[in-house]
Amino acid sequence: MKLPFQSTFFMALGLLVAVLAPFGISSKFQLDVLTLIFFTAYLGQSWNILGGYAGQFSFGGVMFFGTGAYTSSILLSSFGLPPIIGIFAAIFMGALLGLVVGYLSFRSGLRGSYFALITLAFAELLRVLANSVEFTGGGVGLFLSYAPGLYNLQFTSPTGFYYFSLILLVISLAIAMWLEHSRFGAQLVAIRENEDAAEALGVDTLKCKIYAIMIMGGMGGAAGTFYAQKYLYIDPPISYSIALSVEMLLVTIVGGMGTVFGPLIGSFVLHTVNEIARHFISTPGLSLIVYGFILIVIISYLPNGLIGLFRKTQKNKEDNDA
Amino acid sequence: MFSVTLSLLPAGIINGLMFGAIYALVALGLTLIYGVLHIINFAHGAMLMLALYSAYFLFKILNIDPYISILIVTPASYVFGYTIYRWGIGRLSGGRDQNILLITLGLSIILENSALFFFTGDQQTISLPYSYESFDLGFLYLSYPKLISFVASLVICVLLWMLMTLTDLGKAIRAVAKERDGARLVGIDVEHVFAVTFGIGVACLGAAGCMLLPIFYVDPYTGNMFVIIAFTIVVLGGMGSIVGALLGGFIIGVTESVGGLLLGESLGQIGISLIFILILIFKPTGIFGSKV
Amino acid sequence: MMLEVKSLTKRFGGLVAVSDVDLDVAKGEIVSLIGPNGAGKTTLFASIAGFLKPDEGEVILNGTSITKLKPHKICKQGMVRTFQITQPFATLNTLENIMIGAYANTSNKPLAKSNAERVAEIVGMTSLLYQTADGLTVAARKRLELARALATDPQLLLLDEVMAGLNPTEIDEIVDVIKGIRDTGITIFLIEHVMKAVVNLSDRTYVLNDGKLIAHGTPNSIASDPAVIEAYLGHGAAKTMARG
Ligand SMILES: Nc1ncnc2c1ncn2[C@@H]1O[C@H](COP(=O)(O)OP(=O)(O)O)[C@@H](O)[C@H]1O
Ligand SMILES: [Mg+2]
Repeated sequence: MKLPFQSTFFMALGLLVAVLAPFGISSKFQLDVLTLIFFTAYLGQSWNILGGYAGQFSFGGVMFFGTGAYTSSILLSSFGLPPIIGIFAAIFMGALLGLVVGYLSFRSGLRGSYFALITLAFAELLRVLANSVEFTGGGVGLFLSYAPGLYNLQFTSPTGFYYFSLILLVISLAIAMWLEHSRFGAQLVAIRENEDAAEALGVDTLKCKIYAIMIMGGMGGAAGTFYAQKYLYIDPPISYSIALSVEMLLVTIVGGMGTVFGPLIGSFVLHTVNEIARHFISTPGLSLIVYGFILIVIISYLPNGLIGLFRKTQKNKEDNDA
Repeated sequence: MFSVTLSLLPAGIINGLMFGAIYALVALGLTLIYGVLHIINFAHGAMLMLALYSAYFLFKILNIDPYISILIVTPASYVFGYTIYRWGIGRLSGGRDQNILLITLGLSIILENSALFFFTGDQQTISLPYSYESFDLGFLYLSYPKLISFVASLVICVLLWMLMTLTDLGKAIRAVAKERDGARLVGIDVEHVFAVTFGIGVACLGAAGCMLLPIFYVDPYTGNMFVIIAFTIVVLGGMGSIVGALLGGFIIGVTESVGGLLLGESLGQIGISLIFILILIFKPTGIFGSKV
Repeated sequence: MMLEVKSLTKRFGGLVAVSDVDLDVAKGEIVSLIGPNGAGKTTLFASIAGFLKPDEGEVILNGTSITKLKPHKICKQGMVRTFQITQPFATLNTLENIMIGAYANTSNKPLAKSNAERVAEIVGMTSLLYQTADGLTVAARKRLELARALATDPQLLLLDEVMAGLNPTEIDEIVDVIKGIRDTGITIFLIEHVMKAVVNLSDRTYVLNDGKLIAHGTPNSIASDPAVIEAYLGHGAAKTMARG
């Protein structure tokens, strides 16, 4: 793929700044916020692949995250498998779950709101299951022991997790960029815009949608391992939380669906709003009220998200150069 | 152990039917809105939560019995629903159906967290003078609140059914549901009818909230569990079907109660999501077909 | 035979939209399908192209049955349809729209792009390449339907009323385009209302009425067939006309 010089330059610059950031930022707190921004952007990107590019909105995206978190954590606590390998098992299980959910829902022709709701139900189902069976630790949850080291994907300083999240973010951006320049990505967009027409023109819509949800699932799985190793504790409400499902779609919609940098921009803006709000009033719920309003306003007046404000002319130019 | 469970079964079924009637009322609001407006109101649960809080504060501050509050909260909910549709959702909607889903998701986030902000996250319950009095069925004691809620829910369902089938308003609503453009041509104010329908749907929640409070609790997240329950009932009964919502409510109520009995408190909840998934995958038109 | 349809029936509940239809299209032909509104033409196309499951009958493309195949598979086998009600990828531009068709044969982006540009030139859309589809005129959208289908490199094109809503000049242009496409060796089966174009273009014509084929022949013989006049002009029309 060929990228125009200008974009390549700015992306390289951005990456350089991100890599050097820990040397300039002395506050652990700020580094943690950045880590969170990258992590949410990464999860948002996983939602974006199925929701933004392929147009299949999910309300239960957290299910892949939770399944990944349990996979690597159980492998670690019960079998002693180090998370640096466990994360690949988490990716595998996330993708496998995506295959199952995608096959069942898309094959029966579910779209639109029905698909969104069935993913919510799948996430609920898994939460109840995780709560009820023994090998997940049930309602008590799983505690992981603190043993820093690369093979455990645990780090003594916030800088370690910062780089971990940065790597996840860069991978997710690379996947989105590949989509923008590949046949597969174009076919996903075609499905989003008009599924019948896509099918008529030779797009295997069922297969494409299943691949998309599998990519989403694999990405979510890795995020689960990240979370478990960072916080060393997971339980069913955390692993399958509706709030995280909402956050994934929120950052993406606010930033701009179906774009490479939308989830990152959305995550950056929303977390910043959140931190500022927390600075003034520390009552629970306030920032989420603001999020709710932002979501409604964006859906109603800015369907292309914040990125749509200044990207309009840019897009056509880039595509024509490609 | 098994025989103990078995002997509890009739009680479980009765208990399920009691809750089922209220579930039906909640689902009725959702299915009505879907059947006429073809939109899915994700804020349904949050609006129920609001009704529960209304009944709660009417009781705490003015000492009004929740069953009396029905007469206040139901019309107030109607006005709330009418307003929020006419000058909110209706204006902002348009485009893909997922957009409405997202807008009502935004609304539910706002309502839920406003409740958290103003009322804190604590669970609230009330106890009525007759909370612990009960009716002897022979094999179980049925508390008066449950019994009253059950009967009142059924009465409201029947009233709603009569409203939809016997009145001019009901006819107008059904005309709009079937042929919105045709209805517009013959001079029906479609936007008004939409808002009225949305109002009626939310009014169902107002009544349901009052009847749920004495036998349940309220916190900012109460709505969440009811969203899935209501959606399950609606897909089970067929989107837009009033009779389907009623039957679906009973089925889900009993499934939940009996499932909890047989599988235990925790795993028992699995029944609802599982039914929801299976119905969507294998019979998306619902078991009882779909119409308003 | 390129395409053979054998006793195809399609029902919607009680309504028999297509009833026991037999027809065929030979390689290199332009065959048309005409009939009054609601006759079942679009339904027949959709059943042939895999969008609807026929209740009875068989569809055979190049000797192999495609009755149970999904549309994308049928497209890969060389048959592609257009939609009467245009179905553009609304937020994509003309070039990107056509590229989706071109991607049916290659996963290489530059190749898909150059194929799409070539097709755009054939249908006369070169000046509209970077226009988003939701901003195109009706005429341009019809061309876009044609272009996208053509970009899949088909052997057989099913065109559903690509001339409806166009003015006479635009019709003449698209008739030339279709002839040009045929000259490159692509077989064409089209639904059309514009009689002048039907006569001008087609080698053979089928007439569908109330789901049943009522006539078949050269366009000129069809135009004087009493059954056809009856179908179009209503009860008793043929007799009246015969009396002069
Ligand atoms: N999806 C459908 N469901 C029910 N009836 C349909 C459907 N599609 C078409 N019809 C009916 O089938 C008949 C044929 O329609 P169509 O194939 O569109 O006719 P034509 O293309 O010849 O104008 C019409 O009566 C139409 O109303
Ligand atoms: Mg037609």
